[in-house]
Amino acid sequence: MLNLIWLCLILAGVVVAAGNGRIDIITETFFSAADEGVKVCLDLIGLMTLWLGMLEVARQAGLIRILARLVRPLAVRLFPEVPPEHPALGAIIMNISANILGLGNAATPFGLKAMEELQKLNPRPDTASDAMCTFLAANTSCITLVPATIIGVRIAAGSVNPTEIVGPTIFATGFSMAFVLLLDSLWRNFIKTRRRVF
Amino acid sequence: MMQLLEAVSRWAIPFLLCLFLVLGWVRRVPVYEAFIKGAAEGFQTAVRIIPYLVAMFVAIKVFRESGAMDLFARIGAPFLGLLGIPPDILTLALMRPLSGSSALGIATEIIRTYGPDSFAGRLASVMQGTTDTTFFVLTVYFGSVGVRRYRHAVALGLLADLTGLIASLFICHLLFNP
Repeated sequence: MLNLIWLCLILAGVVVAAGNGRIDIITETFFSAADEGVKVCLDLIGLMTLWLGMLEVARQAGLIRILARLVRPLAVRLFPEVPPEHPALGAIIMNISANILGLGNAATPFGLKAMEELQKLNPRPDTASDAMCTFLAANTSCITLVPATIIGVRIAAGSVNPTEIVGPTIFATGFSMAFVLLLDSLWRNFIKTRRRVF
Repeated sequence: MMQLLEAVSRWAIPFLLCLFLVLGWVRRVPVYEAFIKGAAEGFQTAVRIIPYLVAMFVAIKVFRESGAMDLFARIGAPFLGLLGIPPDILTLALMRPLSGSSALGIATEIIRTYGPDSFAGRLASVMQGTTDTTFFVLTVYFGSVGVRRYRHAVALGLLADLTGLIASLFICHLLFNP
């Protein structure tokens, strides 16, 4: 599916640019976008290094295991194939907590760590496991308590009540998280019953 | 309530850093050495995702800069106009899963143009906080461990954005009726 989306994005861009008679924009964008991709990764190096270092201190101190034990009742339902108290669960909790607090920068290193741990449990390393799909779904639909960046934009634009959007944001993210996790569990059951039939 | 939430987000990182270090020290973890051991992975992970990120950025920027995205938004705008949705909101909705910084730029433009307390401004604010840069997350997270077949994760991620959008629209219409 991603193959198709990727191809369509590029082809649509080239066709539209050609139609507008601005084909040279494609060449320019190709190189500048590639440059930008590398720059974002370079920016990520500092953050990744810092947070993965901190995470290792937390792991050795046993904090990740404590966290995983706390959310065990929920985790065994959402991630039935991940053993309870597995380090993946600790990293997932840290990632989701960072997302809830709107700390996007801290969320990425924790998320990458969670993926690495989930990959250790994955029987087919080139294919996403069920747990990975559930984690991605929870991550992208995650409840947001403090959309800090957009509140900043509203303050800068002179809003009378910059934080009035917090309530609606919590509602909308809560709804989408519940809905997507429900879809994910339905999908898992669907796959399971299909395997049983054939 | 709001002050509490803002205080929590401001204190979260300093608190976490101290918690990790103090707890590590209490548990007799060699904190400095443990940090170095974990941090050593940071560089490799960041470098490993370069090809995935470059591929994504090229596709997104070509789509946007060529004017293809504006064209899509213009085709869809009349239908959304019937629901009372300003056309710029559609551009934001299309951009949001693709690129966080571009989406923030569009949201900022909408908030400036229509005013932060207008319906469009409020809707753009809620949408920005509700949805996520799904393609970035998919590419970077799966790319870092070498997963190439994403299965239903793409559909789930995009459905999460779509549900978030519809829920934002619903709640904004309910609370900030234009």
